[in-house]
Amino acid sequence: MYDSLGDLVARAEREGISLGELGFRIEAEQGPRTRDEVVASLQRALDVMRGAIERGHKGDLRSVSGLVGGDAAKLRSPKGPLKNTVFTDVLAGALAVQEVNAAMGVIVAAPTAGGAGVLPGVLLGIGGRENLPDDELVRGLACAGLVGAVVAIRASLSGAEGGCQAETGAAAGMAAAAGVEILGGTPAQAAHAVALTMQGTLGLICDPLGGLVEVPCVYRNATGGAMALAGIEMALAGVEFPIPVDEVIDTMGEIGRNMDVRFRETAGGGLAQTPTGKKLAKDRLVQLKSRRS
Amino acid sequence: MVSLLDIIGPVMVGPSSSHTAGACRIGLFARGLLGAQPEKAKVELHGSFARTGVGHGTDRAIAGGLLGFQPDDERLRESLAHAEKAGLKIEFSNVKLRGDHHPNTTRITVEGKGDSAVLVGSSLGAGRILITSLNGFPVEITGGYPTVVFVAHDEPGVVARVAHLFAQEKDNIATMRVARRGRGGDAIHIYELDEAPSRAAVEAIRAMPAARMVRAIDRVA
Repeated sequence: MYDSLGDLVARAEREGISLGELGFRIEAEQGPRTRDEVVASLQRALDVMRGAIERGHKGDLRSVSGLVGGDAAKLRSPKGPLKNTVFTDVLAGALAVQEVNAAMGVIVAAPTAGGAGVLPGVLLGIGGRENLPDDELVRGLACAGLVGAVVAIRASLSGAEGGCQAETGAAAGMAAAAGVEILGGTPAQAAHAVALTMQGTLGLICDPLGGLVEVPCVYRNATGGAMALAGIEMALAGVEFPIPVDEVIDTMGEIGRNMDVRFRETAGGGLAQTPTGKKLAKDRLVQLKSRRS
Repeated sequence: MVSLLDIIGPVMVGPSSSHTAGACRIGLFARGLLGAQPEKAKVELHGSFARTGVGHGTDRAIAGGLLGFQPDDERLRESLAHAEKAGLKIEFSNVKLRGDHHPNTTRITVEGKGDSAVLVGSSLGAGRILITSLNGFPVEITGGYPTVVFVAHDEPGVVARVAHLFAQEKDNIATMRVARRGRGGDAIHIYELDEAPSRAAVEAIRAMPAARMVRAIDRVA
């Protein structure tokens, strides 16, 4: 059902519906859940995402190891050229969810826990600025899920298999499609947004300090959100990526399969193996071990 | 078959779908296998579970599962304290299990109500799990269905009888597997059902002369 985003766009155009609406139709067709049950599950996901952003914005959370926390709150009073725009809302939302995740709070894996900040950051960031009702945001989630399903089938959604391009990269692609969906773009524009976003995350490695979902994961969710905004903005303006989206997704899978194992969630390379990365991981893990015994 | 809801979900306590949510589900299955609140548990962590488990809350997630907490239950964070309050003593250790195992694997031995059980379970990613060994029998259980684990003397007619008992109660079997350590000893039967089995069917299976042990375990995934 979900093996080609190109085919799904063609079907949505034929039936005169959006990709999110097509997602509802396909779920009801293939079962076992009814359309209403799918909508209810996604509404719950949306509620949990919103709760996680609120929780993270308080700024009092620290991760299990103590390495991350409190940065989402800083973005609540931004200072830069894009302050008080959807851009800083997206960064703050993505950081917030990921800080909650790192502190063992409740989140929605979307598509994974390590990439869980991107989609809520983008969806609720845009939804908040545009005052969009929940049923439209839920349709955005369905659109994101449909894109994620295609990526799962054609490539991978696991950092251990495909590096961070398969986690925050895929999440950014999903969020880009969702953004176009809720802003009223066409299915073809949503697909271009995915391609425009994911071409920018190709090759991204998974290099967590100490193997923990903390550094750089938390920050990479924020930059993933920024990448999704870039894709949304270009696609809605009519920019079309020359390589079809399915081929971009396939490329991500191929890069992942050929990626050195050091760069696939093993903490064997990248930032995890920098002098400071190694030191931070060692200090924190020693502390954790002594806490348990 | 992939569903949208596999991608947007599960709702879970962080930080890792494999090291936290999956680990919790293995703990839940171990609790179901014992069929009671465990009083003692030995949790052996293998591979990546041993290396990065503490930082991912793998120990707390498994403890939470043993207490019956679901992967989205916020009590997971403080589950070691909850375990102490509940009188559940847990001993964690890092081990290197013999044989081929997924990097995220744990062996859990539980004791309670004068009974004990042991399983080996792996967390495959995205919260999916696979139980690979139950009380020394090789198995493959995903926890995605209500599961009936049945150990019985290995003799003709046992499978037919069990199938008949389920059929009588209109419990539909989705998958079934039988494995044994050798001929004429005990065999383990794993029945995955569409819905939780009726109590009558489980009791009738328990009353079979060949029966050694039967457990109905809730869906954990």
